[in-house]
Amino acid sequence: MKIICNGKEMAVREGISLEDLIMDLQLNPAMVVAECDNRIVLREEYAQKILSEGAVLELIRFVGGG
Amino acid sequence: MIQVNEHPYPYHVGMTIADLVEQLKPAADLFIVNGFPVSRECTLGEGDSCWLIRRGEKPTAEEMERLLYARHTPGVHERIRRASVGIMGLGGLGSMVALALARIGVGRLLLADFDVVEPSNLNRQNYFVDQVGLKKTEALKSNLGRVNPYLTVDVIDTVLTEQSIPTYFAEVDVLVECFDSAEMKAVAMRCALTSLKGKAFVGASGLAGYGENNSILTSKIRERVYLVGDRETAARPGEGLMAPRVGIAAHHQANQVLRLLLDVA
Repeated sequence: MKIICNGKEMAVREGISLEDLIMDLQLNPAMVVAECDNRIVLREEYAQKILSEGAVLELIRFVGGG
Repeated sequence: MIQVNEHPYPYHVGMTIADLVEQLKPAADLFIVNGFPVSRECTLGEGDSCWLIRRGEKPTAEEMERLLYARHTPGVHERIRRASVGIMGLGGLGSMVALALARIGVGRLLLADFDVVEPSNLNRQNYFVDQVGLKKTEALKSNLGRVNPYLTVDVIDTVLTEQSIPTYFAEVDVLVECFDSAEMKAVAMRCALTSLKGKAFVGASGLAGYGENNSILTSKIRERVYLVGDRETAARPGEGLMAPRVGIAAHHQANQVLRLLLDVA
């Protein structure tokens, strides 16, 4: 199925969770802020959040240093 | 008229610094006219700007305020003076953001960190060798007091969490995220977008190493929510955190705070 991730169309497997998608993108879920269909997803919901066809996802990834 | 210590004062031809000293500040031992040190015998001209200083003496609160009003213009400075800014993390980013905001006279700073000053911090953070081992909150408060002793600086000496951030910083006008850890940066941004929604917020991500100056950007994430940095360069072996580039990011953050306080962002 297809979703929109950071403005770009992306093909992902049916029923994938937000957590698994973030891992597939080689990112650490704890270092990512995610918004799905205009709602910020809480960190503890990443594993349960199943993405649906056409979902619009915004991921902000953070790197360390300050 | 001339200006003496930022106050208007009547001018007459032939007037010297010695005349002013005698009438206004007999203890003064350093004299500045139009930005340059002069002797007691210096003759003044109409419109000159003079400072009579006693070495080692602190300017009064009123003198500090007048200086800042004069430099920032009254309308701008009034807003800065009334502002309250929270800074989370007092490392290379936070200690420099705090310094910049203290210099322009932000009225209240709320500073949070749990850490102590270590020797390895000195390559980029606003601390000094003789402060190694002190709490960063206390060391920074003391350093800011040397810049402007008349600001209110409150400190929070604790490990912040997603639950505690909205409580501690509910009242500030702008919240600045200066954490070292990527996880805490994400936590702070999530707070800004949920529990603190509507609060002006400036985060940072990607400022290690010595990459191009202009790769550090200030991006708008949402209304009144900004993120500074190149978004990629993590601190890691061979690409450490260094004063110049961390400083660029810190001052992006500080200027964005100012823009938010002045409602131009």
